Amino acid sequence: MIEIKNLHATVDGKEILKGVDLTIRPGEVHAIMGPNGAGKSTMSYVLAGRDGYEVTEGSVTYYGKDLLALEPEERAAEGVFLAFQYPVEIPGVANTTFLKTAANAIRKHRGEKELDAMQFLKLLREKTKALNMTDDMLKRAVNVGFSGGEKKRNETLQMAVLEPKFAILDETDSGLDIDALKIVAEGVNALRSPERSMLVITHYQRLLDYIVPDYVHVLSAGRIVKSGGKELALELEKNGYRDFGASEAA
Amino acid sequence: MAAQPETVEQVRAVTEQKYKYGFTTDIESDVAPKGLNEDIVRFISAKKNEPEWLLDWRLKAFRVWQTMEEPQWAAVSFPPIDYQDAHYYAAPKKKDGPKSLDEVDPELLATYAKLGIPLREQEILAGVEGSEGKSPAIAVDAVFDSVSVATTFKAKLEEMGIIFCAISEAVQKHPDLVKKYLGSVVPYTDNFYATLNCAVFTDGSFVYIPKGVRCPMELSTYFRINQANTGQFERTLIIADAGSYVSYLEGCTAPQRDENQLHAAVVELVAMDDATIKYSTVQNWYPGNAEGVGGIYNFVTKRGACRGRNSKISWTQVETGSAITWKYPSCILQGDNSVGEFYSVAITNNFQQADTGTKMIHIGKNTRSTIVSKGISAGKAQQTYRGLVKILPKAEGARNHTQCDSLLIGDQCGAHTVPYIESRNRSARVEHEATTAKISEDQLFYCRQRGIAEEDAVSLIVNGFCKEVLKELPMEFAVEAQKLVGISLEGSVG
Ligand SMILES: Nc1ncnc2c1ncn2[C@@H]1O[C@H](COP(=O)(O)OP(=O)(O)OP(=O)(O)O)[C@@H](O)[C@H]1O
Ligand SMILES: [Mg+2]
Repeated sequence: MIEIKNLHATVDGKEILKGVDLTIRPGEVHAIMGPNGAGKSTMSYVLAGRDGYEVTEGSVTYYGKDLLALEPEERAAEGVFLAFQYPVEIPGVANTTFLKTAANAIRKHRGEKELDAMQFLKLLREKTKALNMTDDMLKRAVNVGFSGGEKKRNETLQMAVLEPKFAILDETDSGLDIDALKIVAEGVNALRSPERSMLVITHYQRLLDYIVPDYVHVLSAGRIVKSGGKELALELEKNGYRDFGASEAA
Repeated sequence: MAAQPETVEQVRAVTEQKYKYGFTTDIESDVAPKGLNEDIVRFISAKKNEPEWLLDWRLKAFRVWQTMEEPQWAAVSFPPIDYQDAHYYAAPKKKDGPKSLDEVDPELLATYAKLGIPLREQEILAGVEGSEGKSPAIAVDAVFDSVSVATTFKAKLEEMGIIFCAISEAVQKHPDLVKKYLGSVVPYTDNFYATLNCAVFTDGSFVYIPKGVRCPMELSTYFRINQANTGQFERTLIIADAGSYVSYLEGCTAPQRDENQLHAAVVELVAMDDATIKYSTVQNWYPGNAEGVGGIYNFVTKRGACRGRNSKISWTQVETGSAITWKYPSCILQGDNSVGEFYSVAITNNFQQADTGTKMIHIGKNTRSTIVSKGISAGKAQQTYRGLVKILPKAEGARNHTQCDSLLIGDQCGAHTVPYIESRNRSARVEHEATTAKISEDQLFYCRQRGIAEEDAVSLIVNGFCKEVLKELPMEFAVEAQKLVGISLEGSVG
């Protein structure tokens, strides 16, 4: 279980998160919607442990552990995965090499045996096939020259390979064409399980037709201002965020 | 074997008398006294039982050297070197050398362990007293193995007519070849350090590949690691006769210590018609500690002559060691259609300084050169790429492409690019691209979010940055070099 309590965080001295409360139980999918600049990505970075995102108040308990006390790589090894809104390019490092390094680092942390090149390739092929990705993308350098949609698909592939316990998807749907959106959503749905929870950040209720959430929250000006079932997304689509102090956030 | 104090005294006495009684009677000694003068040059030559012409050549070099001054143009700084305060022949072991591995810097040992170096070689690399001569108490197999491997290889090479031996041995056994080519690429008047090397070089490698022969294995100085230290003035000469091919590896990934601070090696390569020489170096001399104390000065002159048509010389270097590196492996593209390549990775961390690059001299028609330089700076290190591309009037259709990339880690280091281009032929095409980047916080966080620890992330990103160069290395070497890249940058972030 993940319990976020009264989370306050600042970036460059500016307070962005102003008291977030959220509880996510194993197996649940929570969607977060909210206006631009509300602090959605900030929240995902704080949970993943990015430098420069300073928690000034509150706590995050992750399966009994103090998540905020862990280094980013330790959080990853504990099963926290963030699909980035803007995936990062790493020139010269083949996607396969990157993924193998990541997968083995996590396995090592968990006291599991590292995979050799053959074993890893086999695993990777299976996952790639499920996401309709080409081998070509695996040989290329991480995200270099990838189209916006390819980058998002690559994030989904990484998630599938690393099999996290808590996945945060930050606008993984933006930039995807309709077919890709379905593929990614299917990939995500395939990963749904009673042990795995997800936090899906999106601007479009369309994604939630495919990935049906248990809860929908509205984050505005650094706070969760409304929570509900999946019908809340439909309501937002119709009325926008004006009832939730969107102007305050802008 | 350590020199007896009285021998040193004897030699000094004799030298001071300017060999009044002829030095031949005194050359039993294992060590030359400190200082540099004509007698020392004669002493070295006599110790090696060299022919008259070689002694003359050394002496000519020495006389020129005395009129020369240390080059000041490189972007490196160091306190003046006292050339009289050094032994130029078989210098005695330093008195406070470690007695066993227990006394060696544990950090150095940790690095050896990471690289998987056998214990016995660790002793030699770390300069444990007497480790070269003593009967091996540990890892006996490692020593006997490498000796027997080397011998087996040698037999096979001889069968094909390939000569691969110490240059001092070549002077005795193949004097005509040595006389013909020694100094033919780097003349004894070339530059301060190379000229010094000509006067006092002690040993190094000699390779000759006969016409039409493709050398069936990588020739590696690594085989010589258990033999006597070739010392600070190493001299290498490689000749690839028409239609032949050779790949030569110099150095090893293990950090090497040496009691001599100044290293001034000379490497000469000669490629005849349709011949190819691939020369790969991994240089990892002791860089000094994290505060910048100690460390080797590596002032090297490396040059290859593509004498024949369609000949090719390819330099690949991975430079991670030394306190100061001054090094410009170059190609003289004389033969029509000849090709010169320079692939370089230079990593400087802490207080290291490197001024390195290449010279491509296009003389023949349709000569082509490629330069790929990847410089990585971390800590307070300073690094300069210095490259000359010179197109002479007759080099019709010559082409050069230079790609020069710098990567900075942290904000206290520096990278500088100094390209010199001189083109005297209108049909020539010269392209130069340069980039400077930093390892971004974004990239590090992305890797860490995927479970990769910060130092491993740096290693991964830097290896990606160097990929174009590392892929030029022979396979086994490339894997070691990748590890080395990571190790060299440890402690550079966080
Ligand atoms: N380094 C920074 N310095 C100052 N303000 C920052 C910094 N980084 C982010 N912010 C601000 O924090 C606020 C929240 O940004 P965040 O990226 O979390 O929004 P978001 O909800 O993800 O928006 P979007 O829907 O556009 O992705 C914005 O106003 C942004 O300008
Ligand atoms: Mg965002």
